[in-house]
Amino acid sequence: MTDSKYFTTTKKGEIFELKAELNSDKKEKKKEAVKKVIASMTVGKDVSALFPDVVNCMQTDNLELKKLVYLYLMNYAKSQPDMAIMAVNTFVKDCEDPNPLIRALAVRTMGCIRVDKITEYLCEPLRKCLKDEDPYVRKTAAVCVAKLHDINAQLVEDQGFLDTLKDLISDSNPMVVANAVAALSEIAESHPNSNLLDLNPQSINKLLTALNECTEWGQIFILDCLANYTPRDDRESQSICERVTPRLSHANSAVVLSAVKVLMKFMEMLPKDLDYYGTLLKKLAPPLVTLLSAEPELQYVALRNINLIVQKRPEILKHEMKVFFVKYNDPIYVKLEKLDIMIRLASQANIAQVLAELKEYATEVDVDFVRKAVRAIGRCAIKVEQSAERCVSTLLDLIQTKVNYVVQEAIVVIKDIFRKYPNKYESVIATLCENLDSLDEPEARAAMIWIVGEYAERIDNADELLESFLEGFHDESTQVQLQLLTAIVKLFLKKPTETQELVQQVLSLATQDSDNPDLRDRGYIYWRLLSTDPVAAKEVVLAEKPLISEETDLIEPTLLEELICHIGTLASVYHKPPSAFVEGSRGVMHKRLPARTGSGEGTECPDVGNAAGGSAPEAAPSIIPSQGDLLGDLLNLDLAPPTTAGPTPSTSGMQMGGMDLLGGGLDSLLGGDIGGSPAMGAGFGAAPAVMPASLNAPVGGGLGDLFDLGGGVGMPMGAYIPPKTVWLPAMKAKGLEISGTFARRAGVIQMELVLTNKAMSVMTDFAIQFNRNSFGLAPAGPLQVLTPLGPNQTIEVSLPLSTVGPVMKMDPLNNLQVAVKNNIDVFYFSCQYPISMLFVEDGKMERQVFLATWKDIPNDNESQFQIQDCHLNSEAASNKLQGSNIFTIAKRTVEGQDMLYMSIKLSNGIWVLAELKVQAGNPNYTISLKCRAPEVSQCVFQCYEAVLKN
Amino acid sequence: MIGGLFIYNHKGEVLISRVYRDDIGRNAVDAFRVNVIHARQQVRSPVTNIARTSFFHVKRSNIWLAVVTKQNVNAAMVFEFLYKMCDVMASYFGKISEENIKNNFVLIYELLDEILDFGYPQNSETGSLKTFITQQGIKGQTKEEQSQITSQVTGQIGWRREGIKYRRNELFLDVLESVNLLMSPQGQVLSAHVSGRVVMKSYLSGMPECKFGMNDKIIIDKAGKGGVTNEAGKSTSGKQSIAIDDCTFNQCVRLSKFDSERSISFIPPDGEYELMRYRTTKDIILPFRVIPLVREVGRTKLEVKVVIKSNFKPSLLAQKIEVRIPTPLNTSGVQVICMKGKAKYKASENAIVWKIKRMAGMKESQISAEIELLPTNDKKKWARPPISMNFEVPFAPSGLKVRYLKVFESKLNYSDHDVIKWVRYIGRSGIYETRC
Repeated sequence: MTDSKYFTTTKKGEIFELKAELNSDKKEKKKEAVKKVIASMTVGKDVSALFPDVVNCMQTDNLELKKLVYLYLMNYAKSQPDMAIMAVNTFVKDCEDPNPLIRALAVRTMGCIRVDKITEYLCEPLRKCLKDEDPYVRKTAAVCVAKLHDINAQLVEDQGFLDTLKDLISDSNPMVVANAVAALSEIAESHPNSNLLDLNPQSINKLLTALNECTEWGQIFILDCLANYTPRDDRESQSICERVTPRLSHANSAVVLSAVKVLMKFMEMLPKDLDYYGTLLKKLAPPLVTLLSAEPELQYVALRNINLIVQKRPEILKHEMKVFFVKYNDPIYVKLEKLDIMIRLASQANIAQVLAELKEYATEVDVDFVRKAVRAIGRCAIKVEQSAERCVSTLLDLIQTKVNYVVQEAIVVIKDIFRKYPNKYESVIATLCENLDSLDEPEARAAMIWIVGEYAERIDNADELLESFLEGFHDESTQVQLQLLTAIVKLFLKKPTETQELVQQVLSLATQDSDNPDLRDRGYIYWRLLSTDPVAAKEVVLAEKPLISEETDLIEPTLLEELICHIGTLASVYHKPPSAFVEGSRGVMHKRLPARTGSGEGTECPDVGNAAGGSAPEAAPSIIPSQGDLLGDLLNLDLAPPTTAGPTPSTSGMQMGGMDLLGGGLDSLLGGDIGGSPAMGAGFGAAPAVMPASLNAPVGGGLGDLFDLGGGVGMPMGAYIPPKTVWLPAMKAKGLEISGTFARRAGVIQMELVLTNKAMSVMTDFAIQFNRNSFGLAPAGPLQVLTPLGPNQTIEVSLPLSTVGPVMKMDPLNNLQVAVKNNIDVFYFSCQYPISMLFVEDGKMERQVFLATWKDIPNDNESQFQIQDCHLNSEAASNKLQGSNIFTIAKRTVEGQDMLYMSIKLSNGIWVLAELKVQAGNPNYTISLKCRAPEVSQCVFQCYEAVLKN
Repeated sequence: MIGGLFIYNHKGEVLISRVYRDDIGRNAVDAFRVNVIHARQQVRSPVTNIARTSFFHVKRSNIWLAVVTKQNVNAAMVFEFLYKMCDVMASYFGKISEENIKNNFVLIYELLDEILDFGYPQNSETGSLKTFITQQGIKGQTKEEQSQITSQVTGQIGWRREGIKYRRNELFLDVLESVNLLMSPQGQVLSAHVSGRVVMKSYLSGMPECKFGMNDKIIIDKAGKGGVTNEAGKSTSGKQSIAIDDCTFNQCVRLSKFDSERSISFIPPDGEYELMRYRTTKDIILPFRVIPLVREVGRTKLEVKVVIKSNFKPSLLAQKIEVRIPTPLNTSGVQVICMKGKAKYKASENAIVWKIKRMAGMKESQISAEIELLPTNDKKKWARPPISMNFEVPFAPSGLKVRYLKVFESKLNYSDHDVIKWVRYIGRSGIYETRC
């Protein structure tokens, strides 16, 4: 508060002075004063107190002064709405001025004054100006409609300005057309479904004509608008492309990029075997390269876009590697982007050059750049197998430099190289171990620990190394802690005799001294595994790992498609959809590439999918398909309308994450729900007894409650699995025969498929998707067909299913429609699953609850069935049923007739209660089912019959 | 679209602030200053997102120009606009400096009002802007003049006004090329390209229609095929024509005509402008070859020997030759011996700069230097930046030749023969580097 009083006094004095000058009689003095006011306004001083005095200067024939006053008005009208009204008269008068420049100025400024009362007065002048004889006024009025719409959309619609604006698209003056297009596009963005920009072949033709004649900026507006159009067929698409291609030679990079956007989008509709398609691809490369000789900021925008284009259509720039070589004095942001594109373009043909360059870059000064270069060398090794050896030796050279961040980065990538080429480069481990002490970044430490754990048997002092990391366990980041835990468990499994203490130490550190739930969970899982069945533990922990994918940071295909539709814009610079950074409704609508139309091109579909995914089709078996890839492939199946990802992929991603974490295969061992459902205890009921004595002590309290869970339930008998049936005969599926069944194994629903190739050619790229169904069944992971399926070859696959997919009631209830894709085509079939696989393990009801529920369910919901020809006694029947998660709660014997009361719980939470009457000597059973959703009764009965008779 | 445009001085004080959209508040001005201008680290991107507001910036000397928006604008357009804005300002008041901006802030506001409307770029051709944004007021104009201005600003030929008259019709063509090279220490060309510009100064009366021709391979091959035999056509064109990788044109050139017939026809703007830009990568004449030899003698001494060879007709002379040999940061002293020109060690630039005024073709020159180093315990190796070169040669390294520039003006009575034409070729070094 102390200084502010000086501040206000000087300000007051200054404003007082200005006020006097503004009211001066001399024109020059007035003008000087207004200039001073604008200057103060610019630096952020509040000069709103001068409002009436400034507005008084408005009525002048000096255009310069007028413009200054208008500038002031635009800034302060909102804060002084009542005063702003004083200006209206002058505006209305100026809109009638004989000088078109003044008419335009008035209408332009009025649109910028966001005061409701003024807006009302604006309508009439605007209407006139939209039909003005002078094109300069019309082009200004066109933009003014957009301004008005921003202030009061309803008003614009009521006044019919939108129609007038649409008429302007046919104006004779190209600039008027361009501005009308810009205004309409903007208005249309906030009304996604309005069809405001009614684009049809006629209007497109008008736009294309105007394109040749208007200013560079106008060309951008028109091209950006064209990009929103979807041509009717490939012919129309081609003719538009032909008329847009000349724009690629424009000096303005934005015109070029917008033209590229239109071409990239419309090209999607052209058949690939068309000559023109190839011509177009060739025409795209040179202008893209030319963009790299623009100013650095534009280069940056261009590079971010090229990054997308290379992912979508790698063939365009595959021969242009050299232009992406980094120049010594490129700004850092250009360097980093170029490096990204170099890696994407790296192939066997150019790898030698690329490596030489990358080695050069690794000696630069900028730390980020050097790191990225080192990482790039690793990625080259993974991408181009032939170069792997040279890459590894280059990395070793770099490690010898002992530059700290270079060493750490190199170790991180070498870990990935080990995973890609197992048992090939392990000789370098010794060199890596020398640098253990210099690692201070979590990622590098974790990588090194992984290497030590993975190759523990080849590193003599592996235990010492890991022990040294263990000392500061609690100071490490989670990443390192998790890795250390796994590594030591691996070590223990490989060298059990010497490392018992170590493993004990790490388990207790992880489970008892840590607050991190992930770490604790992983610790417990290992502990339990080791204590129950060390052989199984070995199988789980040391399981063979799937190979890693070569492209790690690809943009997910649906996002990529959307970004391609946004080439040139901020979205393409951020590589994020507009909805991620734009507020409100504007521009949030998702854009998509057009689907190919016309017939006879269906066979190309899988091919397109691969191009989008960017992964080599031949290498399919060696890749863990990332969630995105799979999604992209499936979307190409034409199964569903092109909507964005449903809930299915997200859950499958989660499941996969879980599997990967534990080295695969753990699911089936533990019974699916890693989260710790009571079912988990079941398998380990006898655990404490088996535990080695040395481990026993620390477990005590911590684990006790967990193991208790297993108490009541015995080991389940095997659940009923129906025999395999042929679902898809080879005749219907171009040689692919699919038979299969469903099973519930340890709590996981599995679809067990047998794929037989009865065709002459090799089948690859299998993927599966379900239609919506009654219980929300969905694949929990991708269909893992790891090797190409040769002719006459058969493969058995089991696909874990989840029950969190989209739900739709089917008829019959247990019907499931499936689509399977391979490199040849997409095939559809439907099958019926036994509902018993949906019976969950915790379906045992409390007696009291059972009684109450039985009474509670109305008798109308009860249905009775007869099971004939069954020769089991009640005891055996009960046991058999329990194997399929049908639990007997009570048994009553009345007059030689056994009454069994049972409960079942379905995966979606529906309870079914049953009463089974078994009479000794009578092979016919009577069963009554009661359920709140009686539709399921029929299916449940079928299950009873199936289970009991098998 | 563009939400606002700010201009700052190097301290981050606002010199110009113009807001076009309601979603941009005053705090945006400060956000950019705090996060970008005053940021501790070097700028990592010309596009910055701060609190869901995007900022685009370019720097001219120590002036920052920033565009701000909250929407998904066309990013390429924003930068093209900023460059254009700089051009327009420069043509009005010269260098973009704090002083000039302060002196002309009213003019800048007037320009900003005209060339951006609601954030949409409008006509920004200096030629037509200067007809009505004059800082003098336009009171005295007649009605015809006014409508002429508006039709020009919005018209199809926005870059040229009607009624231009010269006593002497004259035009100057400059073919300006910059040749770029990156060479490995062993003399292998890693990448080389020429980026060229054809700059035209036209002083022509009326609305002349021009046609420009050069030894473009595609055209010559086409013409050759139309001739007597294909074989003959190819053998003559093989040497004299060049393959142009890509070219872009000033907006006056009819692009659709170039696309269909590959002919360059246009109505030129008055005065100086850039007609076209092009890029070639094949058969480039590399005017100089640099052969470096660096030897580390122990830990405290470097021996450098660099030979340059000129590789063009002996009758031609290269000028303004400068070779820049980088030296390590811990250099304590340098001794240089050169056969030709002058060489100096510039400690502030960490380089030996060797200058030669003139050098004829097919000659060779050499410099050798001994660099004393201070012993350091810095583990990091010296990055060995490449040796760079600057020069100017009186020919086009791409091999481009102007074949003709025809002028047709049907309304006024002068013909192509009456126009005085001048053609000049200048080849300059772009980034001309040899790794060592």
